Amino acid sequence: MTDFSKLNITSALVGLQNKDFKSVELTEYFINQINDNEKLNCFITKTFDKAIEMAKKSDEKIIKNKELGLLEGIPIGMKDLFCTKDIRTTAGSKILDSFIPFYESTVSQNLWDSGAVLLGKTNMDEFAMGSANTTSFFGNVINPLKSKNNDKDLVPGGSSGGSASSVAAGLCLSATGSDTGGSIRQPASFCGLVGLKPTYGRCSRFGMVAFASSLDQAGPISLTVEDSARMFQSMVSYDSKDSTSSKKEIENFLNYKKYDLKGKKIGVPKEYLLDGLNTEIKKAWDLGKNWFKSVGSEIVEVSLPNTESALPTYYIIAPAEASANLARYDGIRYGFRAKEKSDLTQLYEETRSQGFGKEVKRRLMIGTYVLSAGYYDAYYLKALKVRKLISDDFLKAFKKCDLILTPTTPNVAFPIGEKQTDPIEMYLNDILTVPASLAGLPAISVPACLNSDSLPIGLQVIGKPFAESSVLSAASLIEYSRGF
Amino acid sequence: MSIDNSTVKKVAKLARIKFDPKEEHNLKNELNNILEWVDKLQKVDTKNAEAMLSVSNEPMPMREDKVTSKIENEQILLNAPEKKAGFFVVPKVVE
Amino acid sequence: MEYLIEGKTGNWELVLGLEVHAQISANSKLFSGASTDWGADPNSQVELVDSGMPGALPVINKYCIDQAILTGISLDAEINKKSIFDRKNYFYPDLPQGYQISQFEFPIVGKGQLNIEVDGVKKTIGITRLHLEQDAGKSLHDQDIDNSFIDLNRSGCALMEIVSEPDMSSPQEAAEYVKKLRNILRFIGTCDGNMEKGNLRADVNVSVRKKGDELGTRCEIKNVNSIKFIQQAIEFEAKRQVDLIEKGEKIIQQTRLFDPSNFETRSMRSKEESHDYRYFPDPDLPPLVLNEEDIEKLRLKLPELPDQKKSRFIEEFRISAYDAEILVTEKYVSDFFEQIVKGRDPKIVISWLTVELFSYLKKKNISLEESKIDPKKISSLIDLIISNKISNRQAKEIFDEYLETDINADTFIEKKGLVQISNESEIEDLVEKVLKENPKMLEQYKNGKDRLFGFFVGQVMKLSNGKANPKMVNETLKRKLSP
Repeated sequence: MTDFSKLNITSALVGLQNKDFKSVELTEYFINQINDNEKLNCFITKTFDKAIEMAKKSDEKIIKNKELGLLEGIPIGMKDLFCTKDIRTTAGSKILDSFIPFYESTVSQNLWDSGAVLLGKTNMDEFAMGSANTTSFFGNVINPLKSKNNDKDLVPGGSSGGSASSVAAGLCLSATGSDTGGSIRQPASFCGLVGLKPTYGRCSRFGMVAFASSLDQAGPISLTVEDSARMFQSMVSYDSKDSTSSKKEIENFLNYKKYDLKGKKIGVPKEYLLDGLNTEIKKAWDLGKNWFKSVGSEIVEVSLPNTESALPTYYIIAPAEASANLARYDGIRYGFRAKEKSDLTQLYEETRSQGFGKEVKRRLMIGTYVLSAGYYDAYYLKALKVRKLISDDFLKAFKKCDLILTPTTPNVAFPIGEKQTDPIEMYLNDILTVPASLAGLPAISVPACLNSDSLPIGLQVIGKPFAESSVLSAASLIEYSRGF
Repeated sequence: MSIDNSTVKKVAKLARIKFDPKEEHNLKNELNNILEWVDKLQKVDTKNAEAMLSVSNEPMPMREDKVTSKIENEQILLNAPEKKAGFFVVPKVVE
Repeated sequence: MEYLIEGKTGNWELVLGLEVHAQISANSKLFSGASTDWGADPNSQVELVDSGMPGALPVINKYCIDQAILTGISLDAEINKKSIFDRKNYFYPDLPQGYQISQFEFPIVGKGQLNIEVDGVKKTIGITRLHLEQDAGKSLHDQDIDNSFIDLNRSGCALMEIVSEPDMSSPQEAAEYVKKLRNILRFIGTCDGNMEKGNLRADVNVSVRKKGDELGTRCEIKNVNSIKFIQQAIEFEAKRQVDLIEKGEKIIQQTRLFDPSNFETRSMRSKEESHDYRYFPDPDLPPLVLNEEDIEKLRLKLPELPDQKKSRFIEEFRISAYDAEILVTEKYVSDFFEQIVKGRDPKIVISWLTVELFSYLKKKNISLEESKIDPKKISSLIDLIISNKISNRQAKEIFDEYLETDINADTFIEKKGLVQISNESEIEDLVEKVLKENPKMLEQYKNGKDRLFGFFVGQVMKLSNGKANPKMVNETLKRKLSP
């Protein structure tokens, strides 16, 4: 009798193909797990009937052994940012509480085409704006992991908090997330999971509710690097419906191990050694360096001189793009519409003021301000130029190294309710993940070790553009070395 | 650069968001803190930097001039909070 | 002659600039694959981008880019090899994304020019730029007391915005500018120029000043959709501004609408606050980079433009500038003309085309293109006239009926029994008969009453039921009456 709680995608596929169990059984198991763990609040919309239907179809295919997809029969969670046809899609917001798309996002369609089974739409920070999943209209998500020294509920990280928590809690075998400034990597790090943000342009943004168009990327959150590669392979495609979709050749990422780390240079950026960086996290970083040395990689110090400017740059560009992307939410064609509507202006103002949460409104205000007349040059245009400098920093560094190794976050999962007074404190969670987002580079977070509270510390590997295989290979080494 | 009350009101109007006086006050402070923080960028020398307009440097993909849409009126109006005779309905707009 | 407004304190000059929006005649929209057909049921030609659905993304229509380039070339303008699409942000129910995808700092086409002629005086009007942008949807305000209705079929259709320099100084110049521009667009096929349908509309910027003074504050009259209205709007607005200034008041820069029911412009209430559009480059679209090769390929495809065609017609067919001008007013007409003028006398062709046929079309209130009349129908009738089978007058009489049948010219005139009498001996007989039957008149003619020649001609025509070839009758009579 298979212990479903110990499965990951890879082992589940073996079990399914060996006919040890059926997808329907597996799906039913996860349905029960979800129901037993409501407290974690990982799901906004559960799609259990659909899940069984999809599982049955997969089972039929498996019996016939006919054209099995990469994820045939595998139950997953889908971040509620991806439009799923005929299934409510909210982006974690009241303003889309009742929205039912009549179209499917490319990324989710790719997953269904690979045979994945949809358990439900996972909870998230509203419009992907947040680092702790504490801004969702549908309530906070709780991290299934706890400090060994107290019983406090911890944040799972954000904005893909629901996805991370559900995978870590064993409510599904993997889940999709989206990463704009760290929203896959940071929750993966907080929950002890593998989170991959592909190169910008790898995964289509069609059907993905837009937050910051030049930064948003879909990616998987999973239990292992192998699972991550498989999810990524299923998600990635060139999409002619997305003008920023890359035409770069798509290789077989499942062969990532072929990327030999021996003789490769692992860059360690000196600017990431933050003032007062938590000692345990620094130790984890050093641990990682040693692991690479032990397989014959060379550790080289590199410099990314504009690192300090990354967060401010991000907090100008992302809100600015968001202010335009969220202008469509006006209660006219879909979504929440305020009852007060004496005139058009009132309709807009009431709908948006009531429909959006505090953090979203804050960012819309920043975004609107930095684009407004008189401030555009000083803020937005300036930020675009600094972004180029940050991107160039990486390109220069990559002349000296093949991969870059850093911690993922300056901290570990913290108690819910902390860091709520000052927005900037929350923004600082992203300090180590934002630069790779600005440069559009592939980056992965993989658990390296536990801290003294038994909470996971994640290490981040950043790669050259489109070099996901090298990034997965490096992550695999960390995973292996950790004693996984 | 710091924001005053009238700027907060102006920006809120541009964004079509309404705040009550208490919210406005808090927001003003929060925004000022954030803007002070992002003002760090002013120190960066960008004289020789080009604005980064595109992340990948791939050319603009183009479509053929064909009608490929299959979306019907019912689908477009499916989620409309107020609709009538195939139209979206809004409070009267006076020009 | 200069156009001046006579005010109480002296004469005022007019400074006019036009922003013309031309909807590109494409099958699908600028950034989506929805149809652009006219007159469809509301909200039935709307894609995700056109309705601002969550997760919608724009993908550009290559045809629209080509049309913008062709238009730029025909306006002698610089084609910018790199241009950027920007978001123009504002809230309005017919703008579903909450922003319009347009071009701000780096448009696809730069400076160019357009030549016009008013009352025989030639003038060059500068073009500042041309850019591509999405059209907005349509709002209906008169269906309901409390509500407006929104139809997004037009949302996302491709527009070319063509901005002129403020080089025009009279309502006539503005009218000629729009006419010429419209004609060029129709010639190259980028826009059908139908102003009634709103496929071509103009925003008119009007300001006044005393000669030598600096530019006055301008007001913009939006969405004027007929050439006549443009002239009327300018006339009213110019006078309004002069009156205000002379009263001692200042002109407030504002957006106005022209009301054709009373020929006045009035301020647009909803647009009184100046807009902060917060333009920024659209992150969903990379920069548009064009290469010289592609531009050249398009340049070669460009059809002959009206001015070139006019010059060629004058030279090749030895026709007057006046006639040539009429022929090039519509590409369809000039093509039609060229088809039937081959091997025929241009003067006859022009007369039948621009006088007879045009008057028929006017009666029916359709254009030549709409009439679907086959050029051969006209040319075959003309051939009958040229070969003397029927007279010009006869042809005119049966013209309308002829146009409405499917029967060919030869058969038609036979059926009508109109075949002209061109037989010499038959004409001789007719003439002799008339002369014999009118001895008194003949006597008077021989005694000097020359005018009676016409009487004899008339009698011959009457006797022959209008079928006698007039030229031959003339000649025969002359012969018989000469001493």
